Amino acid sequence: MALLQITEPGQAVDPHQRKRAAGIDLGTTNSLIASVRAGVAETLADEQGRHMLPSVVRYTSSGVIVGDEALTEAVNDSMNTIVSVKRLMGRGIKDVATLGDQLPYRFSASEGGMPRIETVSGNVTPVEVSAEILRTLVDRASATLAGDLDGVVITVPAYFDDAQRQATKDAAQLAGVNVLRLLNEPTAAAIAYGLDSGSEGVIAVYDLGGGTFDISLLRLRKGVFEVLATGGDSALGGDDFDRAIAAWIVEQSGYAKPLASEQLRGLLMASRSIKESLTDNAKVDIDFDRDGVQFKGILDRTTFDDLVAPLVDASIKACLRAVRDAGIELGEIHNVVLVGGSTRVPQVIDKVAEYFGKTPLNNMDPDKVVAVGAAVQANVLVGNKPDDEMLLLDVLPLSLGLETVGGLAEKVISRNTAIPAVRAQEFTTYKDGQTAMLIHVLQGERELVTDCRSLARFELTGIPPMVAGAAKIEVMFNVDADGLLSVSARETSTGTQAGVEVKPSYGLTDKEITSMLQASFEHATEDANRRSLMEARVESGRVIEALGNALAEDGAALLMESDIHALQQAIEELGRVSEGEDHLAISEGTELLGRASEEFASLRMDAAVRKALAGRNIAEVDKEI
Amino acid sequence: MDFNKNYFEIFGLPVDYAVDQELLGDRFLDLQKQVHPDRFAAGTDQEKRLAVQWATLVNTANETLRTSLPRAIYILGLRGVELEHNPTLPAAFLMDQIDLREQLESIEEGEGNLEELDSFRQKMRQAINELQAKFQEALDEDTDKAERLVYELQFLSKLMVSANRLEEKLLDY
Repeated sequence: MALLQITEPGQAVDPHQRKRAAGIDLGTTNSLIASVRAGVAETLADEQGRHMLPSVVRYTSSGVIVGDEALTEAVNDSMNTIVSVKRLMGRGIKDVATLGDQLPYRFSASEGGMPRIETVSGNVTPVEVSAEILRTLVDRASATLAGDLDGVVITVPAYFDDAQRQATKDAAQLAGVNVLRLLNEPTAAAIAYGLDSGSEGVIAVYDLGGGTFDISLLRLRKGVFEVLATGGDSALGGDDFDRAIAAWIVEQSGYAKPLASEQLRGLLMASRSIKESLTDNAKVDIDFDRDGVQFKGILDRTTFDDLVAPLVDASIKACLRAVRDAGIELGEIHNVVLVGGSTRVPQVIDKVAEYFGKTPLNNMDPDKVVAVGAAVQANVLVGNKPDDEMLLLDVLPLSLGLETVGGLAEKVISRNTAIPAVRAQEFTTYKDGQTAMLIHVLQGERELVTDCRSLARFELTGIPPMVAGAAKIEVMFNVDADGLLSVSARETSTGTQAGVEVKPSYGLTDKEITSMLQASFEHATEDANRRSLMEARVESGRVIEALGNALAEDGAALLMESDIHALQQAIEELGRVSEGEDHLAISEGTELLGRASEEFASLRMDAAVRKALAGRNIAEVDKEI
Repeated sequence: MDFNKNYFEIFGLPVDYAVDQELLGDRFLDLQKQVHPDRFAAGTDQEKRLAVQWATLVNTANETLRTSLPRAIYILGLRGVELEHNPTLPAAFLMDQIDLREQLESIEEGEGNLEELDSFRQKMRQAINELQAKFQEALDEDTDKAERLVYELQFLSKLMVSANRLEEKLLDY
């Protein structure tokens, strides 16, 4: 499989021009960062040689602590030590309330309806907590790779909805990292395994992490990983196994009072180690005596299996749905891959093997495989492997729709549609002279609006007054390659672009992000202007380089001599402006050069399309062009 | 080359209801390898925007040509036939439809017999296949007839969706 080799060919990019890229697995329990170095994708360790960074952030009056040092205080300082923050990403204050007794924190609502966690160093949102984890990982990579990162790929559960994806991107923005792509975790794992085995065919990736479960079915063909279907549960994971054990211990101990947060945290940590012991042992002796909860006894594998069976069965049911959505038969699946620490539980391995009728592969470290796959993709996306033919084609994990009369949800884009995707839906006015309309955007599979996730409410304004039913309002759903939705609308009979005001139901408002960014500058005592200048220079440098490369490759073939000359001059001009200190002028110049090269970009894309069809049916293609 | 090409032209395929699915699949991958936004992750904003537009178009075209009902509607559209929202259909056909709906309902009410549902879906699949063959024939000879057949196909497809949904419900997916 020459297409998929990760070894750099001899004539590859000049090593001095090699970009620094990394893949980040931002996990519920642990996070990792990996990078391709000397042709090999591997996770990066901290100064103490530790690869896994516990996804734990502790806020103290004197600063923020991330990772192992925060984890050791998780029980004693549970209110200020945030664990499993991934479960809160993109969630509203109401969702968090339903998680209720599982979380020891005190919450208050923010402007956008996002929960804020009260800590000794002030209120923090889940996005800010995640940004701390990202920052720690990125700093580690910068130190190891001896320089700032040019871009990262961050993995998310395939089953993450729009709000959860957006929250992850917001966290990256807050941490100041350039996100090349959000990549679905099972897809990342499939890359790592696909590269490893080099075999073509359908792969099922069963990914049970600390807090989320994903199942993805992918077809690997001609160097392209095509996701056929994906499914899962963004609130099912190893944490739930721990909770099942904790509940069992409390029941056995006869402790009847409600648990305080420290008690719960202590119980959960003990439960996790009991679960881990049960992977290799048939039974575990428990001697738990803490904060008034006392239990001495044995938990054997059979009892544990009974406790978690409903959870494992729920995951298998999601596999059934995904296989059905993919429109394939079980027999067509060549390989089943296990990912995520929770797939070490014997019952999980047994039930997956039973359902798929195949022994699942788990020969790669289930904790690291996602980060490794993300690093490979980051290396390709950042431009270190221009000739690489590897490509990922992903799908929308959950249907997107709109609220219609009677509180019903109408699907506009169905789940498992290939992305990027676009769909238009037409509406009309129901009152004479109506100039505005409310649109409620939803995500989910259920028929009732109340059972779906509310993503945003839009108000379309500026509709020209007409009799009822005469206006034709076209609402466009655009989903990009990260799986993120944007919506636009226009009145088609007059061509009026309707005003759209977005109020994310759960996300951060732009204002909140801006103020957080400002706060973080102050925190780091970094001059905001300096940072803007740096960012503007990076962006102009990127455009200059990309356009320069494009001209060198295709300029002579596609453009007139005079056009090439004009573009080269424009490039030089932007180079000069970028040496100055005015970040606004640089941004403006970048924008100008972009517009000047629009025609060229379009010609190149057309040429690429022709190239794709050429050699197949030349006569026919020539005739059409 | 521009965005106004029809979906068949995008893949360099002849405009025909019968589509070589394997060839379509191959060309879909070849095209995405050239235009997918991942190819331009390090490119300029213009390139990124164009890539998203192209990749979206290629996805839409692929989905339309891959599945038979959207393909039938699309090919009629190319011939200037715009489908009606509430078409008038022969009474006999509608009676059959009501009958089929009732059959499906009785399967659901009768404690949801999976075997009965299976044979119902089998029957539906066969009916759909027959309609498709008729459509292919009518397309070049009698556009009005082809249009009517598409309405019938729409009915059967909707019924099939209901049958699939019932199966999901019975299996508690």
